Amino acid sequence: MNKPILNVKNLTMNFGGLKALDDVSIGIEKGQIAALIGPNGAGKTTFFNCITGIYEPTQGAVTITPPGKDTQSLRGLKPNYVTERGIARTFQNIRLFHGMTVLENVLIGRHCRLSSGIIKAMLQPPSQKVEEKKAVADSYEILEKIGLAKYVNDMAVNLPYGAQRRLEIARALATNPFLLLLDEPAAGMNPQETKELDDLILWLRDNEDLTILLIEHDMKLVMSLSDVIHVVDYGKKIAEGTPEDIKANADVIKAYLGEDSDDA
Amino acid sequence: MAIKNQIKQSLIIAFWFMILTFPIMVIKVNTIKHTIDFRWANLMWIGIVTFFASMVWNYFLQRNEAQKKKEVDDDIPMIHRLLQNDRFRRPFLGLVAAFFLAYPFVFPMYHTSIMISALVYVMLGLGLNIVVGLAGLLDLGYVAFYAVGAYAYALLNLHFGLSFWVVLPMSALLGTLFGVMLGYPVLRLRGDYLAIVTLGFGEIIRIVLENWDDFSNGPRGIGDIPPPTFFGHYFDQHDTMIYIYFIVIALVLMTIFFVNRLENSKIGRAWIALRDDEIACQAMGIDKFKTKLTAFALGATWAAMGGVVFAAKTSYINPMSFTIWESITILCVVVIGGMGSAIGVIAGALVLILLPEYLRAVAEYRMLVFGALQVIVMVFKPDGLIKSVRKVYTFNVQEKNHP
Repeated sequence: MNKPILNVKNLTMNFGGLKALDDVSIGIEKGQIAALIGPNGAGKTTFFNCITGIYEPTQGAVTITPPGKDTQSLRGLKPNYVTERGIARTFQNIRLFHGMTVLENVLIGRHCRLSSGIIKAMLQPPSQKVEEKKAVADSYEILEKIGLAKYVNDMAVNLPYGAQRRLEIARALATNPFLLLLDEPAAGMNPQETKELDDLILWLRDNEDLTILLIEHDMKLVMSLSDVIHVVDYGKKIAEGTPEDIKANADVIKAYLGEDSDDA
Repeated sequence: MAIKNQIKQSLIIAFWFMILTFPIMVIKVNTIKHTIDFRWANLMWIGIVTFFASMVWNYFLQRNEAQKKKEVDDDIPMIHRLLQNDRFRRPFLGLVAAFFLAYPFVFPMYHTSIMISALVYVMLGLGLNIVVGLAGLLDLGYVAFYAVGAYAYALLNLHFGLSFWVVLPMSALLGTLFGVMLGYPVLRLRGDYLAIVTLGFGEIIRIVLENWDDFSNGPRGIGDIPPPTFFGHYFDQHDTMIYIYFIVIALVLMTIFFVNRLENSKIGRAWIALRDDEIACQAMGIDKFKTKLTAFALGATWAAMGGVVFAAKTSYINPMSFTIWESITILCVVVIGGMGSAIGVIAGALVLILLPEYLRAVAEYRMLVFGALQVIVMVFKPDGLIKSVRKVYTFNVQEKNHP
């Protein structure tokens, strides 16, 4: 059996006395669309932050096995190095660079794949110009794929809400990831936009050879998209399985709807 | 109804001003006759002037609000639109070039001297613009690097007899070095904390210069700093001024050239990303520490070179030239000119440095006028005189039918 592309073992994250994550283990296989669900405050975003290096986990191991490469540990790496190793993410509360155009936002994603330094930027030798041109062309191509090409020179802050969410995905794609972490990509979207997002995520998996892990509250989206669903509650993993399994799982229903009480 | 309210408001403001200014404008103690004169006429004039000033102020405020609502996306400053137009750009740039070339020959030496100061501030402003405008790091100790440049030239010349042209590139390196030295310990800070630490750093440099007598000659300063030579040849005083003027013009052009390139490169975009959102910036694979350090280092480079020119021009420096006020003036140049906008910073430097000089005619009130102007700019143009515009890329736009 192939090694999982992302392997999280016994991850624990304490904030003072609060255990935000308690002994969570999750493995993601290549080509999967996996979902991480759970009630509010269950520790989903903390889980993302622990993987991407924004927090350093208190205990546990995070290892990745990029396609065609050796297994390596991500624990304790700064966010930019995690991104360089091929994990890109979006944010729950949109974090675009509002002082920049749409294209420049995507160009920022290309940043870690460009080599030109300060001296080259000032002197602009041919190699730098070629690289810069290619970066712009690549970024534009990504925007076309995501369907944002018409906004290319608009300021990111002026985009409609749904487009801003898509731009976050475009920006993440520009870092050339093998694993994409989406933090509530459908939050605040209308049904039409959610449907488009659904198509986009499937398309990304099939055409861009990506593995996707998403946090989402929109159960319709989660159930229709996911191959595997992981459920966390109060920092503990309570279930893992296909959408059908999860729908029938007693623990999950309890976590979401509360326990049946005999007194009622 | 709105007009009635406005009149009422203006009346209240006028009345308030009459009370406020009563002690200084109305009461006058006659020290010879030992009497107190009450100049009631002044009170009336204050009331009338304040009333109308308030009405005018309100009118412009409202017009400004209305305009803001109308144009949300399409508010590219005039000058940018004109510069994008090829037919306009060439004659305009030609005219500007002709003006600056002819300037020292047309105007007397005094004006050339003022213009040199203004152009040095253009350099300083463009340098600080990297740190504050692009990277969003509020640096209140920027003048320290200016001092480093000035003292580098003065001391290296005093002890080793090094000439202007040798020290200029050395000072650039020295500025970079000091930028890294300051940048390194403050990497973890941002916002107000960073401002306070940099402010402290600026003061440390000044106080060291003031008190370390053996090193810097203390508050007496260093005199007899030679002007730049032209292949070993010295000019007379008048020609030296013109010579320095053209050196500064060349340095400013170089600064504009490089800063413009940096702004639209990988590193420039990283600075802006860092300013807009530090966490997202790191998540996109940008090394936060490296990016901050380069911003500090490159900003300091231009300041140090400006310092060398300053020392060469005045031929005498002492620590009093490098106080916190200098830092604040440079910051004003950047903020009033337009954060992140090179053209704005140039305009800001010229306005802010030249204006006080030419306002000497109303010498008593010049700082008052100056302050009022700053308030007006910030109220009506919060993005600065000329706000920044991002580069526009052109493509053959054709929508594909992807999801």
